Amino acid sequence: MSDTEIEYDTEGVVKKFMYVNRKAPYGTIYALEVLEAVLISAAFEQHACIVFIDDGVYQIRKGQDTAAINMKNFSKTYGIIAMEKEDADEDEDMDMVWRIIVEKESIEARGLSADDFIVEVEVIASADLAEIMAEQEVVISG
Amino acid sequence: MIHTVNKSPFERNSLDSCLRLSLKGSPILLLEDGVYAATSGTSVSDKIAGAAKDHPMYVMGPDLQARGITEDEVIDGITVVDYGGFVDLVVEHGTVQSWL
Amino acid sequence: MKFGIQVNEGPFTHQASDSAYLFVKAAIEKGHQVMRVFFYYDGVNNANKLSAPQSDDRNLVKLWGALATEHNVDLVVCVAAALRRGIVEENLAEGFRISGLGQLTEVGMAADRLVVFGD
Repeated sequence: MSDTEIEYDTEGVVKKFMYVNRKAPYGTIYALEVLEAVLISAAFEQHACIVFIDDGVYQIRKGQDTAAINMKNFSKTYGIIAMEKEDADEDEDMDMVWRIIVEKESIEARGLSADDFIVEVEVIASADLAEIMAEQEVVISG
Repeated sequence: MIHTVNKSPFERNSLDSCLRLSLKGSPILLLEDGVYAATSGTSVSDKIAGAAKDHPMYVMGPDLQARGITEDEVIDGITVVDYGGFVDLVVEHGTVQSWL
Repeated sequence: MKFGIQVNEGPFTHQASDSAYLFVKAAIEKGHQVMRVFFYYDGVNNANKLSAPQSDDRNLVKLWGALATEHNVDLVVCVAAALRRGIVEENLAEGFRISGLGQLTEVGMAADRLVVFGD
């Protein structure tokens, strides 16, 4: 780490963050690195919608085995997000709402259902998801 | 919320996804290769012209110029802006969702 | 208004860094504050001082660095993404600093607007 850390006063700030995942895993690195951003944000106790759209839904597909392509299988890391979500749901003192959402049209186009995923998801149709997206305050696109 | 699309509709489905997931009335800005969507006479022009009735639509002039697209090729109803205009749109319309 | 910016791509291969730079310049010219530009994924390559574009072309690494020195824009390179791509203190361009992903979350919280430029 270099130089002086520049910090901004964010005391008491709670915003609605949305992380938009539209790309398949392994063909590019975007899936992995957006995941890392989501995990770091847990420490800041911000609201988060982790949304999978288009090929992004493939990121959480069950049964990934990356040995033969010599890449790290990071799909298990989504389990940590699910745990963070559960902790937030259960902790009455924490006002942090996390949602893991897949777009209904995206999974149907790809012949998938909620049972195909490694984490529990909310399957939401595009019209309703558009409403949720419109409420977000910070959108991080990977 | 304001939506931005920076890839050509012939290369990626980003604009289609944006149109599917953006509320009517929310503005859309086309930049970089996304500006090709704003040109008339393509296989998607009718769709985009339709979208321009549901959304205030904007296109980056500097990106049009770079790509040799003149303003009279831009679909009716799409407003050409520059970087200053882009900044103003973001100030006015709140959260930015970049469809990459 | 206070802006945070995220740049997902390196210089030259994608237009993202140019678009982000020109947006930031326009924002500053209009009197807004650009609190931080966070370079993530290949965006960290915008901080490589070894970048040597042709002399008649723009030098994005230097252009970004100038924003830091002239307008106090905080240019942050994500340490995890940087390590992967070989951006370290030794080749870090002037005006940039290396820090953690928390800096992205923080500017998302502190700024009025976060704008992401990528591919």
